[in-house]
Amino acid sequence: MLANYGYQDGSGSYFITIDTDKCDGCGRCVTACPYGVMVVGPDEADPLRDLPVATVADEHRRKIKYSCGPCKPTSGVRELPCLLACPWEALAHSW
Amino acid sequence: MATAVEYWRWTESRWTAPDVDWRAGKVITAGVDVGSVSTQAVIVVDGKLYAYSSMRTGSDSPQSAQKAMDWATEGTGMTIDNVRYVVGTGYGRVNVPFANRTITEIACHARGANFIYGPSVRTVLDMGGQDCKAIRCDEKGKVSSFLMNDKCAAGTGRGMEVFADLLAVPIEDVGSLSLSVAEEPPPVSSTCVVFAKTEATGLLRAGWPKNRVVAAYCSAMAHRVVTLLERIGVEAEFAITGGISKNVGIVRRIEKELGVKALEPGLDAQLAGGLGAALFAYALAARAAS
Repeated sequence: MLANYGYQDGSGSYFITIDTDKCDGCGRCVTACPYGVMVVGPDEADPLRDLPVATVADEHRRKIKYSCGPCKPTSGVRELPCLLACPWEALAHSW
Repeated sequence: MATAVEYWRWTESRWTAPDVDWRAGKVITAGVDVGSVSTQAVIVVDGKLYAYSSMRTGSDSPQSAQKAMDWATEGTGMTIDNVRYVVGTGYGRVNVPFANRTITEIACHARGANFIYGPSVRTVLDMGGQDCKAIRCDEKGKVSSFLMNDKCAAGTGRGMEVFADLLAVPIEDVGSLSLSVAEEPPPVSSTCVVFAKTEATGLLRAGWPKNRVVAAYCSAMAHRVVTLLERIGVEAEFAITGGISKNVGIVRRIEKELGVKALEPGLDAQLAGGLGAALFAYALAARAAS
């Protein structure tokens, strides 16, 4: 499943997409994120799944443009720590 | 003193299956969807729809959940003790005092839409009271992709209530009124409910008739949710759930913009969340028993 967390507002679209079929809830993204955006817990959208899964923490869902801002490159290319940490390439940012 | 007319107030309802004897059923489960605007309690007997109620959510969520449950069981002789498993869902899901478990509305809406519209549904748009969800699902109603917008009220029932009140049009007539325009007006430029209301007030002052103003708002709202849907991609069959699914003005405009027809519900599509919760309760009760 592709779980999209984030929002769309007048300034653009800000979504973190987690491919829950690839994610095994290992929690490396949680450790890698300096701002506590990622958490691991039960799969909210699939109540019959037993394996934990990575999600965006509740308190960050409506402000990820700002929560993730410090990791975003102002120029050139910079790999995001959460994406680098994921061995399954289960994470993606929309912006 | 004259009583103010509440144009935003929609009709509450309840229903019981006339030909089902719940006492003959093996497993009775229930789903309670406490939304920001409305609350539904749905009772399922052996996986089949038995009764439901749909009413406004008051300021006290636990009480709303209780009231909806009491109304759904009214006259059936059933009490909460007869219900094996209860799942709470919706914005106020943590406030259902008698729930065995809570499940997010995303999973429940997909499951409920699968029941209401049949297994061919692949894309579900839930237009609720205070948020809007785009969901892709498989033939079993299992979510394959989702996106939720709960950051602003654009594209929500609450936004529509504000407009019904502003224009003094009963909320249930807004949709058909918006379709009565001879020519589609340009959409209001702002989807933010507060700014759109300001803009609408300006349009009324400029002499626009009411139907043109609601048409301009409905078309802005439809466009807004279509951009959400496009992010996850739309695959036929397509269905809309939630209170706004009853607004033909929005439904027709979404269909036009997407180029896809929305399925006609066989049941009240506002029940999808509560119904999905009740069906999950049935699956979870079976799991607990085995």
